[in-house]
Amino acid sequence: MKSVFTYTNGMTPVDTSYCPGCTHGIAHRLIMETLEEMGKLGEAIGAAPIGCSVQAHKFMNVDMCESAHGRAPAVASGIKRVHPNKLVFTYQGDGDLASIGMGEIVHAAARGEKICTFFINNCIYGMTSGQMAPTTLVGQKTTTSQDGRTVEQAGMPIKMSELIATLDCAVYVERVALDTPAHIRLAKKAVRRAFAVQEKKLGFAFVEMLSTCPTNWGLTPPDSMKWLADKMIPFYPLGVLKEPEDIQ
Amino acid sequence: MTEKVLMKGNEAFAEAAIRGGARFYFGYPITPQSEIPEFMSRELPKRGGTFLQAESELGAVNMAYGAGAAGGSVFLSSSSPGIALMQEGMSFLCSAEVPVVILNVSRGGPGIGGIQPGQADYFQATRGGGNGDYKLIVFAPASIQEAVDLIYESVALSDAWQNPIMIFADGIMGQMMEPITLPQARPFIEEADIAAKKPWAIVGYGNDDGNRRVVKSLRMQPDELEAHVEKLFKKYEQAKTALCRYESTNVADADIVFVAFGTVARITKEAIDILEAQGIRAGLIRPISLWPFPYGAFDEVGSKTTVVISAELSMGQMIDDVKLGIGGRKPVRLIHRTGGMIPTSIEIAERAKKIYEELR
Repeated sequence: MKSVFTYTNGMTPVDTSYCPGCTHGIAHRLIMETLEEMGKLGEAIGAAPIGCSVQAHKFMNVDMCESAHGRAPAVASGIKRVHPNKLVFTYQGDGDLASIGMGEIVHAAARGEKICTFFINNCIYGMTSGQMAPTTLVGQKTTTSQDGRTVEQAGMPIKMSELIATLDCAVYVERVALDTPAHIRLAKKAVRRAFAVQEKKLGFAFVEMLSTCPTNWGLTPPDSMKWLADKMIPFYPLGVLKEPEDIQ
Repeated sequence: MTEKVLMKGNEAFAEAAIRGGARFYFGYPITPQSEIPEFMSRELPKRGGTFLQAESELGAVNMAYGAGAAGGSVFLSSSSPGIALMQEGMSFLCSAEVPVVILNVSRGGPGIGGIQPGQADYFQATRGGGNGDYKLIVFAPASIQEAVDLIYESVALSDAWQNPIMIFADGIMGQMMEPITLPQARPFIEEADIAAKKPWAIVGYGNDDGNRRVVKSLRMQPDELEAHVEKLFKKYEQAKTALCRYESTNVADADIVFVAFGTVARITKEAIDILEAQGIRAGLIRPISLWPFPYGAFDEVGSKTTVVISAELSMGQMIDDVKLGIGGRKPVRLIHRTGGMIPTSIEIAERAKKIYEELR
């Protein structure tokens, strides 16, 4: 009997701590499965964020450390300088990366740090239970924008991929979504390309993954997938913003 | 080989860190220590090390945490307001047990304060400027030579104790020049040797997938966190004996016992000579380790002593430890300047004499 599907060795055999319908599990698996397929699990080092995925190191079967809120790109820069030939990545949510960690992500990208950043954008703070994030959509209700985000009060959501793409040394920037099988397949290709950019030492690689938060959005898992497609993708368009010729 | 040179403090500190084996430096410009990142940017790459200018002190301390967690030997430097920004990282480094040597070329505060020397970061350094239960090991040199020796030694010491070590210097030391003897350079730890030398470091586990490493500080279960903090404090308890350092001069039969560290201790030594000429015998306890503080040094204070005087470049911070050390046996007084003002030896002698005569 030929096996057609197995659990990846890139994930530890423990239950994750994520809510039903949360796409962290999918994102974790895509990254770890890719490293396994590349034969690089033993040569990867990750920096986990603060947020729901603070304990990503429990689930991702690679050497990892935690980082203070928003600082993972600085932490990963330090790791990469010590181990220039290892595959170093950060895994960060939107509250972490786009708010408190704005300085660290922009400068890691500007320096062209040869690391990969996987940016999990679900338009809300998850772990702290549903506050407005820099990525929260206009009109979106959160615990700190209870009548819906307004431009007058909080400005417009930040489009991180577009912002990062303006930096010359951020050589690969792509936005993907985790709502459908077709999108998930594209997301996996983006993960593979990001690591290829790092292997070739071309510069900084950034993959934004549009994700869900059924718990804090107050929606069922299926409705969350629909909300992602109907509300997020129109504002955060999918696709490659930048890629080096070497990996096309 | 060792060599005798005339060097500016900041450059000597940086040279000592490299010779001590610090291969990685992450810096950000701030007066009065900006010569350190300048020196490192020029010298480290030439010798096989890595210099990286961070976007902020937050960036710098977190790069240091990443590099340290990955097994690199790291040196960091800043000055008071920048050190304040690094507190987030210091708490993290202590909890995650990641070694780093951090130099504070301190200046006057609060706030942006000024760029002249200060010692008003004493509480921040010894009481923990970040959150939670942790201790930095803190050494306070009184000369460029002593700073060089302490920085050099601390690179290895920090590794051995798996805890950050802070060197508490000041703007005077950073900016002046003195003849010094530089210690012999230790070879850097090669990347390939990190896993063997630092088995806890995250290096990518290679083919040994049964031995995954995680460097962390989050412990969601209260009993697990309590056990971890208690483990850290067992280590700190050992450090209290092993790393306690001070210099004690004429304490046993002194009329006045001064307590002073760093630059102020040097000025106080001159004040002691001035008082001696006036027939007042003064001694000095000079803490070299600010944490662990040398409380035991106060056991030498004898019946002849009238007063213990804490001399500081602050509104009086170390004086709390002086009071703990003397345990109520003698009156304790403060002689201080702050904001970047430096007392002269004459000023210290005169003020000490006045205090002494009032209490006699």
